[in-house]
Amino acid sequence: MYAAPFSYYRAASLQEAVKLLQELGEEARVIAGGQSLIPLMKMRMARPAALIDINFIPGLGDINNTKGELRIGALVRHADLEHSAAGVTVPILHDCAAGIADVQVRNQGTIGGSLAEADPSGDWGTALLALETSVVCMGPDGQRAIPLEEFIKDAYTTALTHGEIVTEVRVKAPPKDSGGAHLAFKRSAPVYPTASASVQLTLDGKNTCKDARIVLGCVGLTAIRAKEAEAALRGKELDERNIRSAVDAAKAAADPQSDMRGSADYKRVLAGALVKRAIGLAARRARGESVDAGHEYAGR
Amino acid sequence: MSMPDAKKILVRVRVNGEAREAEVEPRTLLVEFLREHLNLTGTHVGCDTTYCGACTVILNGRTVKSCTLFAPMADGGEITTVEGLAKDGKLSPIQEAFAECHGLQCGYCTPGLLLSTLQLLKRHPRPTEAQIRKGIAGNTCRCTGYQNVFKSIRMAAAGMEKR
Repeated sequence: MYAAPFSYYRAASLQEAVKLLQELGEEARVIAGGQSLIPLMKMRMARPAALIDINFIPGLGDINNTKGELRIGALVRHADLEHSAAGVTVPILHDCAAGIADVQVRNQGTIGGSLAEADPSGDWGTALLALETSVVCMGPDGQRAIPLEEFIKDAYTTALTHGEIVTEVRVKAPPKDSGGAHLAFKRSAPVYPTASASVQLTLDGKNTCKDARIVLGCVGLTAIRAKEAEAALRGKELDERNIRSAVDAAKAAADPQSDMRGSADYKRVLAGALVKRAIGLAARRARGESVDAGHEYAGR
Repeated sequence: MSMPDAKKILVRVRVNGEAREAEVEPRTLLVEFLREHLNLTGTHVGCDTTYCGACTVILNGRTVKSCTLFAPMADGGEITTVEGLAKDGKLSPIQEAFAECHGLQCGYCTPGLLLSTLQLLKRHPRPTEAQIRKGIAGNTCRCTGYQNVFKSIRMAAAGMEKR
């Protein structure tokens, strides 16, 4: 399959990329890993007149840990995070990175591209919403950091204005007694999940939940913070009854649509099951246990 | 919409150790660049939708699906294709293992599987069963049912360790 013709520009710096975006106007698109954009272009669902390739910009693929904050360059590939020290200290990042599609796509796809694409079934929006995350963008008027909650506006829609490029993702390191997990169910490795759930819990002692973040993916136009589910756990014992209340509240917060991946009812049940499991895993990790978690799929 | 100026651009790469270049339209996919412009037809086009992995090649040390990269994005890169696996007419241990264990039937997916195996064994020289399954999850085979592929990878790991 051939994409429609386009002209190709290679940016050597962020400043040049921003300048090119301004000069080339609305029909120009930025390309990073291309793992969403290229398939869309091949199907002619996207027909940009020009592509600005940012893959050759130096320094945009670094991960830095400064003052309790992870700074993840926009060009950091999913595989980089999968095998990074950041994924060991913040396991939810590893769960997410290591489960996206397959090895080849993880080697090429980027965290910045994934967030800028804002696909409702993407994993990063869900996992990063369970943490305190902001997205740094650069445009003609300089740089700004946008909290992730405000960055993703709707399906495939972000707060980016034309001329702005995602440059970095900033994640506040969770406190010591905190643990998280990102779980997803997909039909096979290369596809988007049917549903996903991210949970980050901070404990007070062995089994009291001091703080909770519960996020659902693929069951709405954007990732959904299940705030009532969080409230069902905050300040409470992590016992069966409270967990069941949280799961029920999460299921109520889901807003799935029936499609080829499953019916809305099925997805709601699936999301609930993932939340329940993720709460258990997050709590174990918050207590210092090292547990494997991530995407489930046939043939795994 | 004005017609975009899709002028050809020069793409230079090293493929299997050899410097190669061609002037192509920017929309040329890496897999077409290899097959149609460099005449390296060992890399296959399978689904052409980023699913099956038949087009897998190694770019700068990492496997990628060459149907999901525009050739200019690989400019300056170091590429290994299936043609680069055998040395001096001798099959690589991975190729020998796939032949020995019947890790293929029709062979269409094999070039991609061989390169994914190479990537896997570089990261995990003695892979667990789970690592093998995860390592080739991006490669679809419609003949073997994968059991002989797993067997081939285990044998390849043993063969590469001996070297």
